[in-house]
Amino acid sequence: MLTWAAVLVGGAVGALCRFTVNWLVERRSRPAPWATFAVNVVGSLVLGLLAGTGTALPGWVGALVGTGFCGALTTYSTFGYETVELSRSGPGGRGRAALNVLATLVVGLAAAALGWQLGNLT
Amino acid sequence: MNPPRPDGSDRPNGSNRPDEFDQPDEPDEPAALPARPGWDVFVAVALGGALGSAGRYGLVVLWPHATTGVPWATLVTNLSGCALIGLLMRLVTTAAAPHRLVRPFLGTGILGGFTTFSTYAVETRGLFAADRPGVAVGYLLGTLVGALVAVRLGIRAADLARRGRRC
Repeated sequence: MLTWAAVLVGGAVGALCRFTVNWLVERRSRPAPWATFAVNVVGSLVLGLLAGTGTALPGWVGALVGTGFCGALTTYSTFGYETVELSRSGPGGRGRAALNVLATLVVGLAAAALGWQLGNLT
Repeated sequence: MNPPRPDGSDRPNGSNRPDEFDQPDEPDEPAALPARPGWDVFVAVALGGALGSAGRYGLVVLWPHATTGVPWATLVTNLSGCALIGLLMRLVTTAAAPHRLVRPFLGTGILGGFTTFSTYAVETRGLFAADRPGVAVGYLLGTLVGALVAVRLGIRAADLARRGRRC
């Protein structure tokens, strides 16, 4: 029961943060994929950190921060949709889409691995 | 005809109006914020994010996986979420007057909260760490290719649905 409540609260906060980051990025007239890239990398780092600490933290922390917050802060649906839209965005679109995919996967995975290493130190 | 703009589903409402305050170095003043979303939009995003996350967690509970195997629950979550975002965004961007809370609630909230990149990244790391490089690469690229195909199928489905309704 506590776990479900933690997931619900973390999910609400994570989605709000993603929405706010997106709004701030757009407000500065930067393309939307930058916001998605940023939240996905930060969320992967934090979740990696949590996973690296293993069982050192109580279960509700993992549900709140990991499953709820990091899960909702990061998104695959928007990443996928924006990549498809980039690939259709005129000349050079496919290149921009490929760059978005490459950057997100490489930096996202590196962030998860770095987070795990840092978490494992504790 | 202009090509479609890269248009994220997380785009806050009303932000496509001209930005008069596009000065990155300008100090943040409340009056200078263009098109700040209303409180109801934030409520819709939060509510959708909570529900989407609960759905994702429910699938993991029903469908646990070993650390050396394919994380099917996350894979199914992300692929279905991608198909639905393609469908939703095509319907919303081509509708005459979609309700202003549809996109924040369903797109940013539910589908954004349902799908996850962080779990995908950490699971992939775990598969490499568990000495399962084949499964790791297959999961990494399988999700990617599947997601892009799913988005396109969702868009196609929306077009078919609209054409069917018009006949």
